[in-house]
Amino acid sequence: MIALSLALTGACAAYLFWGLGPKWQFVLSLRAGKLAGMLLVGAAVAVATVLFQTVSRNRILTPQIMGFDALYILMQTALVASLGLSGFASLTAPVKFAVEVAIMIAASLALFSTLLGRAGQDVARLILTGVILGVLFRSAAGFLARLLDPNAFAVVQYASFASFARVNTDLLPIAALLTCAAICAALWVAPRLDVLALGRPIAVSLGLAHDRLMLLALSLVAVLVSVATALVGPIAFFGLIVAGLAHEAAGSGRHARLLPMAMLIAGIMLVGGQTLFERALGLQSTLAVVIEFVGGLFFLWLLLRGRIR
Amino acid sequence: MRPALALSLTLLPLSAASLLIGAADMNLASVGTDPQAALILTVSRLPRTLAVILTGAALGIAGVVMQQLVRNRFVEPGTTGTAESAALGLLAIALIAPAAPIWVKMMAASLAAMAGTALFLRLIRRLPAREVLLVPLVGIVLSTILGAMVTFIGWQTDLLQMIGIWLFTGEFSGVIAGRYELLWIAAAAAALAWFAADRFAILGLGEAAATGLGLNPDAVMRLGLVVVAVVTALVIVTVGMIPFIGLVVPNIVARGMGDNLRATLPVTAAGGAALVLACDIIGRLVRYPYEVPVGTVLGVVGSLLFLWLLYREPARG
Amino acid sequence: MIEVQGVSHQIGKMPILSDITLRLPMGKLTALIGPNGAGKSTLLSLTGRLMPLQAGQIRVDGSDIGTTDTRALAKQMAILSQSNPLGSRLRVRELVSFGRWPHHQGRPGPRDAAEVEQALHDMDLTPLADRFLDALSGGQRQRAFIAMTLAQGAEWLLLDEPLAALDMAHARGVMARLAGLRDAGRSIVVVLHDINHAAVWADHIVAMKAGRIAAEGPPSQVCTAEVLGTIYDMELRVMQVEGKPLVLHHL
Repeated sequence: MIALSLALTGACAAYLFWGLGPKWQFVLSLRAGKLAGMLLVGAAVAVATVLFQTVSRNRILTPQIMGFDALYILMQTALVASLGLSGFASLTAPVKFAVEVAIMIAASLALFSTLLGRAGQDVARLILTGVILGVLFRSAAGFLARLLDPNAFAVVQYASFASFARVNTDLLPIAALLTCAAICAALWVAPRLDVLALGRPIAVSLGLAHDRLMLLALSLVAVLVSVATALVGPIAFFGLIVAGLAHEAAGSGRHARLLPMAMLIAGIMLVGGQTLFERALGLQSTLAVVIEFVGGLFFLWLLLRGRIR
Repeated sequence: MRPALALSLTLLPLSAASLLIGAADMNLASVGTDPQAALILTVSRLPRTLAVILTGAALGIAGVVMQQLVRNRFVEPGTTGTAESAALGLLAIALIAPAAPIWVKMMAASLAAMAGTALFLRLIRRLPAREVLLVPLVGIVLSTILGAMVTFIGWQTDLLQMIGIWLFTGEFSGVIAGRYELLWIAAAAAALAWFAADRFAILGLGEAAATGLGLNPDAVMRLGLVVVAVVTALVIVTVGMIPFIGLVVPNIVARGMGDNLRATLPVTAAGGAALVLACDIIGRLVRYPYEVPVGTVLGVVGSLLFLWLLYREPARG
Repeated sequence: MIEVQGVSHQIGKMPILSDITLRLPMGKLTALIGPNGAGKSTLLSLTGRLMPLQAGQIRVDGSDIGTTDTRALAKQMAILSQSNPLGSRLRVRELVSFGRWPHHQGRPGPRDAAEVEQALHDMDLTPLADRFLDALSGGQRQRAFIAMTLAQGAEWLLLDEPLAALDMAHARGVMARLAGLRDAGRSIVVVLHDINHAAVWADHIVAMKAGRIAAEGPPSQVCTAEVLGTIYDMELRVMQVEGKPLVLHHL
């Protein structure tokens, strides 16, 4: 854990100070914003994935594979559509974002708690349902976007790709606030999550308020996915790599250790990867695509190994 | 033949509607006298309607063939990496030889689609046999990975706009006379499947059963691959990705009529055509005079139908 | 004492349990038997509050399971279901330690550790304590789950087919241990598939059929050719071996 913390600090320093030009003040503040965004997104995705895997008791799922991020994009579009451009556009970005997150929590709870409760037996069907729901939400969002503004090719485009170079810095303060709150809550209930991972019958027998904790965990996932999606766009497989590595590195299923571990690993991968691509290779926006590619291969490998639990 | 007849009858009014709806004013009665109206009809409306019908029919049949090859009901060319492979092939040819004639592009896309589908068939042989739903899942993930490759290359080479059209939202708004005729070849490939219908039906029983009946399963497999790849590649080259048709239409038809392909293929073709036509008309009307791409409409309608299929009964191969 | 009062349950429109009223004695080993689909597991799950009650009332030592805090109930009774797929990869000792959760809520003390070692010892698991669960045989796994239930230190143990994956020797071993726990003062309710385990080890048998109580009483009363024959709709013979009824149903 200490080694990982040092590695993360090193990566951050390298990202900030490598190749500062003469206009270093300007560059530094620009980079600091991006760095904060990446750290937030990394932590959010890491915690969201670990929580989701615990709730679904399945190690190959991420909230994004199950369509969480698509749901957020749909919510966002639907909100603009239903409130009209007049009222909604006049709100400031943070307020707008807070409203979106609140609606996202309600929608994802309604959908995913029933889905996880009902389809728990047939894992393959559960995953397939999630994937198709993702397609449905994304198409519906595209449909709505076209209705709002028929020439808005860009809206759909934006929702289809992620880029870590394009952190939405307007939202940083509120995103930081929400992420920190959600992560603190997750760490606070960490011992209870260990019991949750034993499955409902055992958890109930041990006196855990299982269903309430599951709803709490899903709400946290909804908040964290909203933050990550709003900041950089949809990233489906990144969390899978992070959670997989964290489980290996932590060596135990204890969430008090697993969650910080996952956050550190995510931070190192994002900041280190971005430093490498941006500074060493001169490629601005490709890290997300590369991570998705590698993560997709990893997921495929897991599936082919028959490890769907 | 009742369902086929009923579907053909619904195709007629849909086609008529498709001919009448459009941004430009046109009166069907005045086609004979008004040269402007005749021009709109022959250059835009008629080609578009034909393109939609050909696409829907060909994709429906490609879906059936794919499902027989894989022996799994939950696959179609759009969820097995076929479409993304075709896009990859197109991208490659656009980079290597931008000025290549259309038939070279078409060949490249078809070959790439074939390779991608063959890769998928290879992969799923390694899956545990009873996990029926893992097959479409592997296909979707493979599609995502291939799609990421296409996106990456497109990003580096500033061809993203072009790829976006191929990969994400198929639409017919760009169809005019002279720019859709490749689809006739796709329809011909699909018709080829009808002549080999019995072979595919037997292959669907399993390789052992096919060999026992004196059929060479590999040869049928190759024929199926060609049909699926050619149809998918041509549709992508001409109008872009149209999702779910190959999946939901064959499933609904099989539910009602079973799997005797010689009888069901025409119904599947008519059903595919009717569904795409209906969705295209919806896309044209809902925000008139602008258009919502048919790929987007089908993304919504198709995924809802798919979920319905997934939960209506216990999953079967 | 566990009191079940007028409990009915249905899934969709299918009645699973119809108006069950029942008292399970304290300090005894009670066996729930009956053909497949009789409602044994449902009754046990309802009692262990794994499923919400639809109609009726269940009280464990006077506490209504519908209104009592779930954490308090966890100290009164422990329930183990038939299959327990885990979400995490655990060692045997880690799993058993979770049995102490109701007492320490995540901050185990020395007394908890002692109880865990005792439970491991009672289930013969001490040599396996540091192995991962997925490296164990079905029988060893089952014993690990029972040990966790033991470590919970509750008055009542509710077990749903604990012998399901066990061979003869381990099955008898588990039943003997349950009898030992009963002798030490615990109250045990166990769903059993093998009627002879019930006949030999149980103090009290509840036989169910089609969602109702078909017979109830000590083994000598329930395990007769006549009673069992009606419950299972088959002909069978009952012999007396060493003063205990033995059901011959294979012939």
